[in-house]
Amino acid sequence: MSDPVSALNGARFDGIASVEEAGLCGMITLRGDFASAGFAAAVNSITGAALPEVGRIAEGTEGAAAWMSTDELLLMVPYAEVEARLAALNEALKGEHALAVNASDARAVFRISGDGARETLAKVAPVDLSAEAFQPGDFRRSRMAQVAGAFWLNGEGTFTVVCFRSVGEYVFKLLSASAHPQSAVGIYKA
Amino acid sequence: MLILECPYCGVKAEETELHAGGEAHLKRFGPGSTDGEFHDYLFMRENPKGVHFERWRHANGCGKWFHAARCTMTLEVFGTYSAQTFEPPQEIRDAITAKRPGWTWRDLK
Ligand SMILES: [Zn+2]
Repeated sequence: MSDPVSALNGARFDGIASVEEAGLCGMITLRGDFASAGFAAAVNSITGAALPEVGRIAEGTEGAAAWMSTDELLLMVPYAEVEARLAALNEALKGEHALAVNASDARAVFRISGDGARETLAKVAPVDLSAEAFQPGDFRRSRMAQVAGAFWLNGEGTFTVVCFRSVGEYVFKLLSASAHPQSAVGIYKA
Repeated sequence: MLILECPYCGVKAEETELHAGGEAHLKRFGPGSTDGEFHDYLFMRENPKGVHFERWRHANGCGKWFHAARCTMTLEVFGTYSAQTFEPPQEIRDAITAKRPGWTWRDLK
C-alpha cells in the first residue's frame, strides 16, 4: 500500500498569524434525517459527539460532527481509522435513510493560529469574525476569495479550515498573503 | 450589497455567497400542456419595479435553495422563506403590505 500524503506536506507560513497545513484528517460526509433517533445514535457511535446545533461543531471523545446543512454532517475521525469507522457507521445506519462516504482524500486542512488569526481569515471570507459574532465551536461554510471552504474556531483561538484538495495550494497561498506581516489591518485588536 | 438571511442555516449571507435562481413560484408546464402554456412557462417572466419574489441558493454555504421577497428598486428585503412552498407565507405578505400597501405581483396582492 502506498503512503498517503497530504496536499502540501505540512507547509507553513508565519506572519500576523501562523498558517499551517494540518496534514491528513479523516472526514466522512453523512447525509440523512437529523430528526431520526437512529441517525443521531449512529453519529454518536463513531464520533462520541451529539448532533451539532445549526452552525456549530460538536466535539466528541472519538471525533467531531459539524453542521453542514439541514441534512448533512461532516464527521471528523482519525485518518488511519476512517475506513473502519465508515464501516461501523454504515452498520449503525442500517434501516436509516442515509448516505455516508469517505471524503478524506478530497480535502486539504489548514490551521490558523496566533493573534492575527481572526483578521487573516476575515480578509478573505465574507463573514463577521469579531469575537462577539464568531465564537469557539462556531462552524461556517462560506468562501475564501474564489473558492468554497469551511472553518471553525476552537477554544484556543485557532481556526481549522477545510477546502477541496484540488485548491489546497491556492488556499495556502491566499491565507499566507492574508497573514503577511505588512498586511496587518488590526481590525480585531482588543 | 444585497444581504439575505438564509432560512435554513440562519446566516446573513451577502451576495457573493449566494446564487440567483430567477423568478419564484413558477408552475412547470411540461408534457400534456398546450403550446401557449409551455411558451409562457419557458419565456414569460415578471420584471417589476418594486415588489418581487425570487429564488436564491446559498451556494457558498449550506447549499440550499430558498425564496426571497424584496424590492427591485430599493433593494429592501421584506423577508426570506423556505423553498418548500408554492406561494409566499402570510407573514411575508404582511411584511410587504406594511411597507408597500396595495402591492401586487402576478395574481398575488
Ligand atoms: Zn444557508
